[in-house]
Amino acid sequence: MAAKKKTTTKSKAVVQTKAKLKPKSKAKAKPKASAKSVGPAKDLTIKICAGTGGLAVGSQEVINEFAKELKARGIKADIANKCVKKTGCRGLCSKDLIVEIRQNGNTEVYQLITPDKVRRIVEEHIINGEPVFEWLAGEDYHNFNDRQTKVLLKQFGHIDPEDINAYINVSGYEGLRKALLQTTFEVTEEVKASGLRGRGGAGFPTGLKWEFCSMSTEPSKYIICNADEGDPGAFMDCAIIEGNAHSVIEGMIIGGYSIGSSEGYVYIRAEYPLAIKRLEIAIKQAREKGFLGKNILNSGFDFDIKIKQGAGAFVCGEASALMRSIEGKRGMPRAKLWRSAVKGLWGKPTVLNNVETFANIPLIILNGAEWYRSFGTEKSPGTKVFSLTGKVKNTGLIEVPMGMMLREMIIDIGGGRTGKNKLKAVQTGGPSGGCIPADQFDLPVDFDSLASVGSMMGSGSMVVVDDTTCMVDLAKFFISFTQHESCGKCVPCRIGTKRMLEILTRITEGKGVSGDIELLEELGNDIKMTSLCGLGQSAPNPVLSTIRFFRDEYESHIEHGRCPAGACKSLRQYIVNLETCKKCGKCARVCPSAAITWQPKTKAKIAKTKCVKCGACFDACPFNAIM
Amino acid sequence: MSDNDIKVKINGRQVLCGRDETILDAAKKAGVRIPTLCYDERLEPYGGCRLCIVEVKDVHKPQPACTTRVKDGMEVYTDTDEVRRMRKSVLSLLLSNHPNDCMTCEATGDCALQSLSYEYGVTGKRFAGESWDLPIRDDNPFIIFDPNKCILCGRCVRICNDVVMAGTIEMTGRGFNSLPDTAFGKPRTLDNCEFCGQCVSTCPTGALIDKKGRGKGRSYEMTKVKTTCPYCGTGCNFFLNVRDDKVVKVTSDYDAPVNKGNLCIKGRYGYSFIHSSARLTSPIIKKDGKYVEATWDEAIDLIAKRFGELMEEHGPDSVGAFSSARCTNEENFLLSKFVRTVFKNNNVDCCARV
Repeated sequence: MAAKKKTTTKSKAVVQTKAKLKPKSKAKAKPKASAKSVGPAKDLTIKICAGTGGLAVGSQEVINEFAKELKARGIKADIANKCVKKTGCRGLCSKDLIVEIRQNGNTEVYQLITPDKVRRIVEEHIINGEPVFEWLAGEDYHNFNDRQTKVLLKQFGHIDPEDINAYINVSGYEGLRKALLQTTFEVTEEVKASGLRGRGGAGFPTGLKWEFCSMSTEPSKYIICNADEGDPGAFMDCAIIEGNAHSVIEGMIIGGYSIGSSEGYVYIRAEYPLAIKRLEIAIKQAREKGFLGKNILNSGFDFDIKIKQGAGAFVCGEASALMRSIEGKRGMPRAKLWRSAVKGLWGKPTVLNNVETFANIPLIILNGAEWYRSFGTEKSPGTKVFSLTGKVKNTGLIEVPMGMMLREMIIDIGGGRTGKNKLKAVQTGGPSGGCIPADQFDLPVDFDSLASVGSMMGSGSMVVVDDTTCMVDLAKFFISFTQHESCGKCVPCRIGTKRMLEILTRITEGKGVSGDIELLEELGNDIKMTSLCGLGQSAPNPVLSTIRFFRDEYESHIEHGRCPAGACKSLRQYIVNLETCKKCGKCARVCPSAAITWQPKTKAKIAKTKCVKCGACFDACPFNAIM
Repeated sequence: MSDNDIKVKINGRQVLCGRDETILDAAKKAGVRIPTLCYDERLEPYGGCRLCIVEVKDVHKPQPACTTRVKDGMEVYTDTDEVRRMRKSVLSLLLSNHPNDCMTCEATGDCALQSLSYEYGVTGKRFAGESWDLPIRDDNPFIIFDPNKCILCGRCVRICNDVVMAGTIEMTGRGFNSLPDTAFGKPRTLDNCEFCGQCVSTCPTGALIDKKGRGKGRSYEMTKVKTTCPYCGTGCNFFLNVRDDKVVKVTSDYDAPVNKGNLCIKGRYGYSFIHSSARLTSPIIKKDGKYVEATWDEAIDLIAKRFGELMEEHGPDSVGAFSSARCTNEENFLLSKFVRTVFKNNNVDCCARV
């Protein structure tokens, strides 16, 4: 009965959300809305992205500049009311800094804002009510945002991540309140029914994990949030903590209640100073409000969270290595003699989930499993946050329902290729995943579909590459990453990845021999089959999948000594096109190794033996005569 | 938890196991040998060398026998072609970063890596690539560490930290450059090391060797004499390795009931006195203020005579015997028996009593 009630209220919530979103996006889409005059500084809110990306392009300076300009014009009262707000990441990092101005019910979004643009915006938009059209966010911004389904990221860019009241005002900690009125069994069942699968990469059903652990009668149990995000090109977890750390904390408290744990850890990499700072602030505020500590909301349930900073080892993202690291030992994966739900941290039953998994929990409890299942696919319900990077126009943080086509994510949301070069593939799942070639972009993105093409969801990084990227070189990059990050415990990962790296290196240097591809495949499969932990078992994926889809590139390197993408430096050869050379001699002047012979009124000539392949002549030639 | 109610089939042969047992335990019961490098009975299973992988029916991946618990109805195959092929692959990788200089290696004949490479017909030639050429650590009187021969099985680290609890060495570095080492690579001294040689005893290759026994003979050239340590009353057993009538080394007796192969610095390295020229090898009697060598008969006669005189003069309670902790239990027992039957009193004690 209770469950039914829940779902009805939830579906309403969804409708409301959508209703709210629509007029806003319309307002954004058409600049004409702002044509009508807006009264000066009445009901004014300026939201400025202050995630790591935003701060890197100077959001603090822009915030200061806005405050200064407004103050200079006597709009003091609004500053006191925090009219200039910093928010979490707004997603479209390639157009940072993004500034949203809401005034008298009208919302305008500016992109690529720098401190020197602030004065004009204040004068023309805020005072005179005439937005600066040329700086408004354009089509890309709307394509990027309108096709997403923002559930987790809904509040990003709107609430101040360092203010718990902002979170509470948008139903924050309501999920916890509701959970504490239910039995622990009901909470676990709700999470199970939602079908939520772990967002860390493996996709294990979260509810089941909680159920295993809740069955243990051990008096002390632990719940751990894995925020040791380390995949190259992944920044979802970082953004979630920076943008809304309270959602993660709330999810952890509910998890602790469900499994009967009173102690939680957030294991976060030390390279995320802003996320750590915001998490610390959030934990402190949550304690002050009574959401953490003894007798939470008079329920008799005690729970608190500690932060443990990782020291920069990628392998500590692996559950058992992470637990050893918390225990103060060297972060090395432990053999799976026991499940963590039986013997985990300090030998006690432990549940470990990813940041994004926890962020989903309050919404599931508040809105119900059925609501959650309305997003995504049957086997992979819900939405997933991805970090879209590489050779696409719109890079940044996106949230889409599971099962969305890869093409839609890359071409429609991502805006497709950046220049004239053709898109070649996308690498999903970081160094543990694989590449998916452009002709297979019509693939739904969910745990199972990605696995079927030899890649994986991973934590959600997507690196798009175009035809200037050499796939052998890409595979080399990822294997050198895993080799460097291998803990050294098991032989296949420690030495196997080293040997793969050496073979790939010699191929990219034109020293590959016939049989190398087969050796890579054989060794790669053996490493996958015999390694101890997930790092080793997935390390060969980038190599195996690039061989699978781009074998011709490998063959071209080995058989013809040619890199089709022109990316492998050792295989590059620079020659002068005698037909287009205009005898200017610029190339000879920039050559650092005196490899180019040139006399006035003669054509240049490059001596192969002296050329160091730096490409300086290529860049210097005004006539594209260097090939 | 009831014992031995889990039925497991190892290569078709059924054995009964307890719930906490691993496939490796089950295989031992079935009399099946599974190759291992990182496994030592004294230590928690590690799962690092990946040589003990076996096929388990209905499991798509090979499973490490040392760290997989048995399940009822499990069917395990320890020596299939596929498993053998993968073990070969792992061994090839190990040998690709190994000096492969068995002819001069101290551990030849007593090296698990060598035996397995022989058994599986593996050479170090499959993978070309970087091979370590690190300096040999010969900075202390007892233990020589040749990192180039290390296979990172972690046994030395675990025995040092989990059994001895000395914390002298730990894994350092990452990836291909991981290595068990002392903190900051400092030399072993009495400040950071017990010199118990436990790491040497568990090392499956020639990476850690006893300095005192180096070059004095191969393992198979030794006569191994089982004995009890003469240093204290614990009663540890070990093997004196004898070659050409000389004790050249002490090795562990893993079946010893008291110490299970574990030893301290005294037991493992304190054997030089055996062949010391300063050692007394015959009784000495003080005659006219000078010590003079005597025969055993002379000495025993003198002792018997003097004790007899004392007892006659002052009564049997006037004499007693004090035994040494460095004697074995049996010798101590004999002495107490002697005192009670010959002296006819209870005046007997031993320094190991405390």
